[in-house]
Amino acid sequence: MDQSEPLLETPLFSAHRALGARMVPFAGYQMPVQYPDGILAEHGWTRTHAGLFDVSHMGQALLRGPDHATTARALEALAPADFANLAPGRQRYSQLLAPDGGIIDDFMVTRPLAPEADGTLILVVNAACKAGDFAHIAAHLPEGVALIERPERALLALQGPEVAAVMARHCPQAAALDFMAAIPTDFDGIPVEVSRSGYTGEDGFEISVENDKAPLLWAALLAEPEVKAIGLGARDSLRLEAGLCLYGHDIDLSTSPIEAGLMWSIQKRRRTEGGFPGAERIQRELADGPARVRVGLRLEGRAPAREGAEIASDGAVVGRVTSGGFAPTLAAPIAMGYVPPALSAPGTRLDILVRGKALAATVTPLPFVPTRYARKSKAGA
Amino acid sequence: MTSVRYTKDHEYVRVEGDVAVVGISDYAQQQLGDVVFVELPEIGKVVTKGGEAAVVESVKAASEVYAPLSGEVVEVNSELEGAPGLVNEAAEGKGWFMKLKLSDPAELNDLMNEHAYRDFLDTLA
Repeated sequence: MDQSEPLLETPLFSAHRALGARMVPFAGYQMPVQYPDGILAEHGWTRTHAGLFDVSHMGQALLRGPDHATTARALEALAPADFANLAPGRQRYSQLLAPDGGIIDDFMVTRPLAPEADGTLILVVNAACKAGDFAHIAAHLPEGVALIERPERALLALQGPEVAAVMARHCPQAAALDFMAAIPTDFDGIPVEVSRSGYTGEDGFEISVENDKAPLLWAALLAEPEVKAIGLGARDSLRLEAGLCLYGHDIDLSTSPIEAGLMWSIQKRRRTEGGFPGAERIQRELADGPARVRVGLRLEGRAPAREGAEIASDGAVVGRVTSGGFAPTLAAPIAMGYVPPALSAPGTRLDILVRGKALAATVTPLPFVPTRYARKSKAGA
Repeated sequence: MTSVRYTKDHEYVRVEGDVAVVGISDYAQQQLGDVVFVELPEIGKVVTKGGEAAVVESVKAASEVYAPLSGEVVEVNSELEGAPGLVNEAAEGKGWFMKLKLSDPAELNDLMNEHAYRDFLDTLA
């Protein structure tokens, strides 16, 4: 990020300042890294109640074509998920891929529920990548399909075990949503687009709203006793405990979705048919296994290992940590990184080199903390 | 009268007889946020002024702590091992890091007194 560029503000900038947030530069924006309670308390609150996050820096856009099949096909040329069979009102996670199968960015795709929106897909991409993503997508669209950026919209995430009760008071239709489902609805009379999704491993909602209405929505949610504002610091520790990838760290142009353990996001038809960038590599890795895989690591002792730390086995460096820190829920250090498949089985003992010392670590299944998404069996109550 | 001195890197030194208690300032702990781990030096280690003496880890990042003065480490705060949060609760009290037997007490004159440190902090705001 060019340091000379002035930092952007989200529509909630004043709200963050009023709460006493510590603002830091992030992806070209001034964002709250923490509020006065601090990261540990904010993390704990989200795991036990409901945390409210401003994620308005993320890139929102529409992909619009004449009908669903045409728009889905256009996106399938850039990303390996099955968008053709994405049902109205459903959301899917995917990756924009480079020709060699490396990951340009990861993103969320929603097919709107309304029949009159047929032919439109709603995209949400990472803040740091949005300019590049949008240029990349726009440059590769066929005639008749267009990318429409939505800078006029803010995005809020409400995450935690008590979110459904909170939403039921303001937005009852949303409270009945299933995990990875989305609807257009209204929140206290304000038009919103709500999905049951998030980046913490908890039940949660993501709410897209026009910029000028975002402060109203923010204030209404914060007024609920279950809800506190949570900064980007806790967002990072929450997603790490949930074993979720952070673009630019756990995944990037050098990693494939198969190496990253994201094969679940490539549906069967696409695995077989290919037809997306890097399909050759991805099909080969699916058949023969990748050269390295992303694993979770639990460290002994209390010293955290950070991104970049070397992972060793029998004194030989075999990989590198891509995200690492302290897991507040476990009160222990955890990390994710890439190792050869032969060393990726849960229980494998490895070392992580931190400041010249070898810290003992054990490969651990992801997520580190069980997820609590509102799956179908539990939804609609 | 206490004789607390500070560095521009936000370490403090509190001289008690011929040993100096070293830690990070209250301002530093506020900037770091929740401390989750402190790597302390071995007892007997000889540190030189400005050299690396400890590492303090917050949830987000690791930060080096430099020796504010030269000397030998004669004691470390072993309570921090189980309770690193003491650094946040009482950085300049129970959250101290180590005690140094000073090899050159005259180095103290290079450090800021409390008043000068406050003025220095004002320049950072």
